[in-house]
Amino acid sequence: MAELLSVGLDVGTTTSQMILSRLRTENKASAFSVPELSITDRQVIYRGPVRFTPLLNEQLVDANKLKELVAEDYRAAGITPEQVDTGAIIITGETSRKENAAAVLKSLSSFAGNFVVATAGPDLESILAARGAGATDYSSTTGERVLHMDIGGGTTNLCLIEDGHIIRTGCFNVGGRLLKRSPEGVVTYLSPVLRELTDIPTGQIPTHPQIAALTALLTQTLAQAAGLAPETGLLRLLETGEVQTPWQIPKQPLTISFSGGVTCCIEKDFPPNAFGDIGPELGQAIRTSPLFGGKTFLPEEAIRATVIGAGCHSVTLSGSTVYLREVSLPMQNLPVTVFSQEEQEDPNLSEKIRCVLTEEDRVLAFPGFSAPDHSRVRRLAERIAGSETPRPLYLCVQQDMAKALGQALALLLPGKPILCIDRVWLEEGSYLDIGAPVGPALPVVVKTLILSH
Amino acid sequence: MNKQELSALVAEIIQSLDAPATKPEPTVKASDYKPADPGPKAEDFHHKDGDFVEDVTQLDLRKLYLTDDPANKEAFAKLKAKTPARLGSGRAGPRYKTLTMLRFRADHAAAQDAVFSQVPEDFAQKNGLVPLQTRCKDKEEYLTRPDLGRCFDEENQNKIRAAVPAPPKVQLVIGDGLSSAACIHNAMDCAGAIRDGLQLQGISLGQTLFVRYCRVGAGDAVGDVTGCEVVCVLVGERPGLVTDKSMSAYITYKPHTGVSESSRTVVSNIHPQGTPAVEAGAFVAELIGTILQKKASGVALQREGAV
Repeated sequence: MAELLSVGLDVGTTTSQMILSRLRTENKASAFSVPELSITDRQVIYRGPVRFTPLLNEQLVDANKLKELVAEDYRAAGITPEQVDTGAIIITGETSRKENAAAVLKSLSSFAGNFVVATAGPDLESILAARGAGATDYSSTTGERVLHMDIGGGTTNLCLIEDGHIIRTGCFNVGGRLLKRSPEGVVTYLSPVLRELTDIPTGQIPTHPQIAALTALLTQTLAQAAGLAPETGLLRLLETGEVQTPWQIPKQPLTISFSGGVTCCIEKDFPPNAFGDIGPELGQAIRTSPLFGGKTFLPEEAIRATVIGAGCHSVTLSGSTVYLREVSLPMQNLPVTVFSQEEQEDPNLSEKIRCVLTEEDRVLAFPGFSAPDHSRVRRLAERIAGSETPRPLYLCVQQDMAKALGQALALLLPGKPILCIDRVWLEEGSYLDIGAPVGPALPVVVKTLILSH
Repeated sequence: MNKQELSALVAEIIQSLDAPATKPEPTVKASDYKPADPGPKAEDFHHKDGDFVEDVTQLDLRKLYLTDDPANKEAFAKLKAKTPARLGSGRAGPRYKTLTMLRFRADHAAAQDAVFSQVPEDFAQKNGLVPLQTRCKDKEEYLTRPDLGRCFDEENQNKIRAAVPAPPKVQLVIGDGLSSAACIHNAMDCAGAIRDGLQLQGISLGQTLFVRYCRVGAGDAVGDVTGCEVVCVLVGERPGLVTDKSMSAYITYKPHTGVSESSRTVVSNIHPQGTPAVEAGAFVAELIGTILQKKASGVALQREGAV
């Protein structure tokens, strides 16, 4: 059926890269049933070169230079921003802590295409890396519990997957460029997060045992996070503070999968100072550690996992029976309020909705009912309409009933802007982006976290 | 064998019959006796008078996994969750297990019942529908004479004329079809959602007709009598072993007796495990809007690229 051209852009600590992918959508229902559109194939059709992230100084990303690089990639791929249907830009690792990160994201996403969403945050980064590396697909095919590690320059993003479902995410200050060296081997940069772990001074050439001790500690941190070594104070010392919940050690047995720049140093030996950092030594340390002792999974495009995740896996489709009236799309960054099973049946729902919508437009998410009768749908519509909110109604139900609910509401509230979609799972505190219709469905991006500041 | 021996033997047999059969005499010492198969436990049979045994039709087939000693139960359970097929049913020797057999027969019986049972007499009246009957006089004739299930006698035609005096834009017809269960279970919820959806488009529905012994083609006869622009027939589908409650909506533009089957647009698989009745109704309402706008249904509508 229809195809979507999707862009993915990863602005990382060290490097930035772009990919273009084609998402094929297909109606999976039979010809004589209500349509059921879904994304059936994701194909990367253009891989931009891996480039160093342009910085103005330690605090600021060079937004103009970055825009030029994206424009260059678009030219090389032979496309214009108008042709791009969807996609995501993610700003990752240390770069997301830069002062102008939010502004850069915003200008870049509007430049890259009409429905290209801006995302950030270590949790989402972990999820996109795991999806882009194929770890979630691997888990759902094999049924194995998979711990995915995306080991980048500044941070390692963890993602625990069971049966293809993401269970939890974590982030640690473990990376290949926490220490940088000149071609002569002189330490030019030592990340502050390492201060308690090593006595290597900047401006000098470290000894081999000093580097080995450092990479051993970093590897030990990951082994502890995987539950393959007893937990010590080290684990929490290197955990980043920006994740939603502290990392919990997963149950065994685990299959461990890897992505990120350091992964190529796990697979292959490089000379110690090949990249002006400690990547090669860290890779070797991981290869000889318990992390690599059990079952492992290495994706084909380890260094591009996050950007592939952003380009291919950030967009999903809603159910194919939705209701729309007087709503212009795309809409971005709608905060979500989730109501429980009990709340949606509670007569006080009207009052609650009125309160929730006092300050801003929000998406109201309901569990909905499985195969409800018509009067039950109408009663829910009446409770929602009873809020008498002056704001537009953006609704999202889990069960397949959005069109019926939307129509019932539209009858009760003539002229009111209404959007009602289903089969999208939302959590409290997430944000929703909604694109223009693809056939009968709407493309949506669920964002678990927005920039932390 | 003499007479004395014989009577002793008979006495022994009689005695063994009186003894409670549930207490086998172990031939080994109690401490060594470890039966390999503990068999059913007493609490499995704690049924008092008035209790019911478990209803096999209430078990979720997608979760029912009966294979002994599976290599990977979790993985199989995941596969099973995706299909209504009776997988992982195990076996007793070369045969089904009792539960599989009972469930299969129960589902088959439900399918047959759905065909042969009647939509209750008061269904039409309770739901504010106009009760009609095709030329079939009973179920048997309905099943053996499809042609009679597509037309009405003079009396029923007059009833239609009385209920629908002027040609409506859209006429809704609910029919029992081959599954009364499907009709009872889905038709009114679906019709309610269709009414909402049409009202939104400024199309008002007149009285909805209920047709007993209804074939899809009965909608064509309704078209002849009412002169409606579009007829939508909600009718029970031939039941199978997965569900006995599946309903379809057949929508025809400018319906009349003899209209070609290719001019029907159909939305099938309306049941709780398929498309829920209300959501199907909302979809059908929009589809009817498109059909009115394009002035075509069925294959002609598909050519328009509208569906």
